[in-house]
Amino acid sequence: MKNTATFDNKVLPYVLLLPQLFITLAFFVWPSVNAIVQAFTFEDAFGGGRVFVWFENFQNLFEDGAYMRSVRITLVFSFGVTVLGLGIALLLAAMANQQLRGVTTYKTLLVWPYAVAPAVAGVVWGFMFNPNVGIVPYFLASAGIDWNHRINPGQAQLLVIFSAVWNQLGYNFIFFLAGLYAIPRSLIEAAAIDGAGPVRRFFAVVFPLLSPTTFFLLVVNIIYAFFSTFGLIDALTKGGPSGSTQILVYKIYLDGFRNQDFGSSAAQSTILIIFVAALTVIQFKYIERRVHY
Amino acid sequence: MVGENRWYRYVAYATLIVGVLVIAFPVWITFVGSTHTTQRMLQAPVPIWPGTEFFRNYYIVLFEGFGQSSRTPMMQMLFNSLVVALGICIGKIAVSIIAAFAIVYFTFRFRMTAFWVIFLTLMLPVEVRIVPTYQVVANFGMLNSYSGMIIPLIASATATFMFRQFFMTVPGELAEAAKIDGATPMQFFWHIVLPMSRTTIAALFVIQFIYGWNQYLWPLLVTTSEDYYTIVMTVARQANELDGMIRWNLIMSVAMLAMIPPVLVVVFMQKQFVRGLVDADK
Repeated sequence: MKNTATFDNKVLPYVLLLPQLFITLAFFVWPSVNAIVQAFTFEDAFGGGRVFVWFENFQNLFEDGAYMRSVRITLVFSFGVTVLGLGIALLLAAMANQQLRGVTTYKTLLVWPYAVAPAVAGVVWGFMFNPNVGIVPYFLASAGIDWNHRINPGQAQLLVIFSAVWNQLGYNFIFFLAGLYAIPRSLIEAAAIDGAGPVRRFFAVVFPLLSPTTFFLLVVNIIYAFFSTFGLIDALTKGGPSGSTQILVYKIYLDGFRNQDFGSSAAQSTILIIFVAALTVIQFKYIERRVHY
Repeated sequence: MVGENRWYRYVAYATLIVGVLVIAFPVWITFVGSTHTTQRMLQAPVPIWPGTEFFRNYYIVLFEGFGQSSRTPMMQMLFNSLVVALGICIGKIAVSIIAAFAIVYFTFRFRMTAFWVIFLTLMLPVEVRIVPTYQVVANFGMLNSYSGMIIPLIASATATFMFRQFFMTVPGELAEAAKIDGATPMQFFWHIVLPMSRTTIAALFVIQFIYGWNQYLWPLLVTTSEDYYTIVMTVARQANELDGMIRWNLIMSVAMLAMIPPVLVVVFMQKQFVRGLVDADK
């Protein structure tokens, strides 16, 4: 790990590490261990302490239609956010990479929504699509579409996807643009000399060379859709109508805080912890590979 | 270059301009909404050009406050947001730079263990383990306090890792020379390592400020007193108040206030922002 000179001191390194380690242990390790313990126990209703129940909490979850529905909703949601978000960002980045003048300006004009809090993005999009006064439903109505995401589950899901894509677009754009810059011009020119048009050049040369960036963004966007969109959903739909936008993190919050069902909430947390850990491991494997080549 | 064509350029420009306009549209509508009267905002369709109530609306929101249950002026919320955002971002940088310094410049038992504990466990987003973390914070008596809103969020694997990577690119001769000159480790840290880390600190500052300012779930859980509400929480609360007349013009003013600081930071510190994003995910 190292090639730099080191100091000799028996106490100082521990003192320097203490704040970080203390916070890590108190607010990360300890709660996570607690979540896992709670996931395997049952709170006795009469205050008799915790009862170890093996996998009963998990079993209940998998037999619970509401939970499985939330799993499906989360998968559809993250699929929509990822595919739409990466597609639009890649299109814009490919366009900005055409040696145009003012690329820096476009970068600024495209990246700023990333700085908007997901919760605020939810409010802004909710206002724009407000069934009573919103500007978009007004125009949709003249096209014969009746928009009301407060009672129509499909429309609510679409709206949540749109606003999440909007929020994350700047991030994806920056990484795609950096990836495109890294592709040698000579490769693209060679393809052009061989007579490939711009579309063919893109799919035959550029896109395959971008795959490390695409893969990285895929993981980041899945994590974003799974976790960071809590505020967006809370501000926009509160999981409704009739649970149609209740993604897994939102359900943990509802079950843990609103319904005080700690065992179930902890089991749900544990499942998500395993999921994030798996994604992280995958990402690491990929980063290691990128370092080698 | 070969294969270039005027028409591709036109298509590229057109696509980018459409993209920029579509992306700006929601915020334009928000801004326009914040410049009209409440009555005007209750008639569909809402206006698409600014009105005359800009100063009045922002004055009410900032200094008088509005809402069903509360009338705390938004100055208080902006102040809370600033404290929380700066607290999180300075805290993260401070805690991480000394931890990385310890890991890179000292040989001690458990060095790798410490590194991996920090690194692996911080991968867990707060959203995953909200209930148990809340219980810990409640046990420490940190509900309804700035420290409760800040401290649980200031450990940072990202920042520790970024500082570690940076320190490892610093030539070993520097530390060697400092040792020969009789500098203590902390003198080496203050006079050499810290000044050299400027660019890394600036990049981290930008991304962590945005992270801190935009926190939503955590402040929502640990505060019940309006004195500690952040501006981001307040926007969502006001927009979801169901009873009574919804004062969209004022809600949109609050939304603008919640967006402007982090957006300005990104726009004016774009170079540091991009560096922070790209380095943070290496």
